[in-house]
Amino acid sequence: MAEPALSGSDAESAVRLRGVAKTYDSGVTALGPLDLDVASGEFVSLLGPSGCGKSTALRLIAGLATPSAGTVELSHHGTEQRGSHRIGFVFQEPTLMPWANVRDNVRLPLKLAHAPAADADARIAAALDQVGLADFAGAYPRELSGGMKMRVSLARALVTDPDILLMDEPFAALDEITRFRLNNDLLSLWRNLHKTVIFVTHSVFESVYLSQRVIVMTARPGRIGAEFRITSPEPRGEEFRTSAEYAAFCREVSGALAPSYAGQAGA
Amino acid sequence: MKSPQDLVRFLLPLAVFAAGLVLWEAIVRAYGIQPYVLPSPLLVLKTLVADWPILSQSLGVTLLTTLEGFVAAAVGGVVLALLFNQSKWLEYSLFPYAVVLQVTPVIAIAPLLLIYLQQQTAVIVCAWIVAFFPVLSNTTLGLNSVDRNLAGLFQLYGASKLQALLFLKLPAALPYILGGLRIAGGLSLIGAVVAEIAAGSAGAGSGLAFRIAESGYRLNIPRMFAALLLLSLAGIVIYGVLALVSHLLLRRWHESALGKDN
Repeated sequence: MAEPALSGSDAESAVRLRGVAKTYDSGVTALGPLDLDVASGEFVSLLGPSGCGKSTALRLIAGLATPSAGTVELSHHGTEQRGSHRIGFVFQEPTLMPWANVRDNVRLPLKLAHAPAADADARIAAALDQVGLADFAGAYPRELSGGMKMRVSLARALVTDPDILLMDEPFAALDEITRFRLNNDLLSLWRNLHKTVIFVTHSVFESVYLSQRVIVMTARPGRIGAEFRITSPEPRGEEFRTSAEYAAFCREVSGALAPSYAGQAGA
Repeated sequence: MKSPQDLVRFLLPLAVFAAGLVLWEAIVRAYGIQPYVLPSPLLVLKTLVADWPILSQSLGVTLLTTLEGFVAAAVGGVVLALLFNQSKWLEYSLFPYAVVLQVTPVIAIAPLLLIYLQQQTAVIVCAWIVAFFPVLSNTTLGLNSVDRNLAGLFQLYGASKLQALLFLKLPAALPYILGGLRIAGGLSLIGAVVAEIAAGSAGAGSGLAFRIAESGYRLNIPRMFAALLLLSLAGIVIYGVLALVSHLLLRRWHESALGKDN
């Protein structure tokens, strides 16, 4: 990557949202209207308070929900190999099938696409290797820790070699040490695999640490409140967490986030 | 694994059972109670051995009826639940009738069935009527208990309806289905017994319940007890087998089958 997509206009968009809004049957407007461009290979965080519609935005991009207004466009990319899928989705919970072992959980997207078995086995092994779970292929979800379950979930999202990885507060339920380790592993995966990542979180610190761009959303209905480019160079590591530069970015983003919480009881 | 407490839990009911038998035997002897009023446990056991040719044949008949009713209930309950899950219209149209069948006492339906159906068929239908509803309602509950995010994941990866059914809904519903089957096992035995007793006066049956009715008419009380003992044992074995199957199928992953120390 000679030119990290800083300008946004000349870089190819992987995801393009135009005037996207979501209104539920109850009449509550959860989101938008929202305009968003994510460049190919970019790591973007959506940061906002609970209920601001950031998860809804992710589900709209994934096609798990349909927008009430506006358009969602995804760039078409590469060859359509059997079992490849443009989008990988990691939920807030690991969302594993408890009746299947790790290998079969990761196999799911390939099985649903009728991918050839030999090819599937190789890809599952590679995906498990990427998340450091090669030795746990035969284990059942209940035998794993929270962090390991999340790694399985990540492996399942990666096994189809998606262009776009959508992550919905994936590490929110984990303890801090585990979260930091998964943050680092995610960053190195992103550097090696060149995926476009859209990462939803309510943690300022996590968003600044991971992202090239942080989008701060307003309270419901969620709109873009502010945008920050986190220009700190890659690769970032533990020393970045304690740097003055990191602290300054966090202060700036927190300041922009504060109005979103204004008027929220108990916030 | 086998702690002293487990041993106590196993031995205590057996001790109570043994004490009850001894007390029963003692009372019958002490008061010289006639066998046609209350037979002693030893006499019941002797009768069981002496009448084994007749009783074992009757046991076979009742067990076969129960098995046929159970299989019909298991297949019927699961298939109906799947159909209801696929089509709301079908569910709205038919579910009330499933409830009606369930809440109408089977003992009241049995004589009617015996008029319109062959006796053997009527008995199986009775077993089916009492046993299918728990399978139906449990399977329905299970199919509706699928993790929403997992369902979203299947949608995201373009799963067909059949794939979602086979790889998601049925495995997720399995613990519920097995729970329904465990109830249905005991109920199909009850259904079979009820129908046999209703048919008893027709005289063509030869199941255990028929033997009980017949022995009642003849004041052969020891044989009544022996047949009752066999029915009870059959019920316990059916429950035990279904519980074992359930445990074997779920032990790797479901909370209900995991030990407390896991």
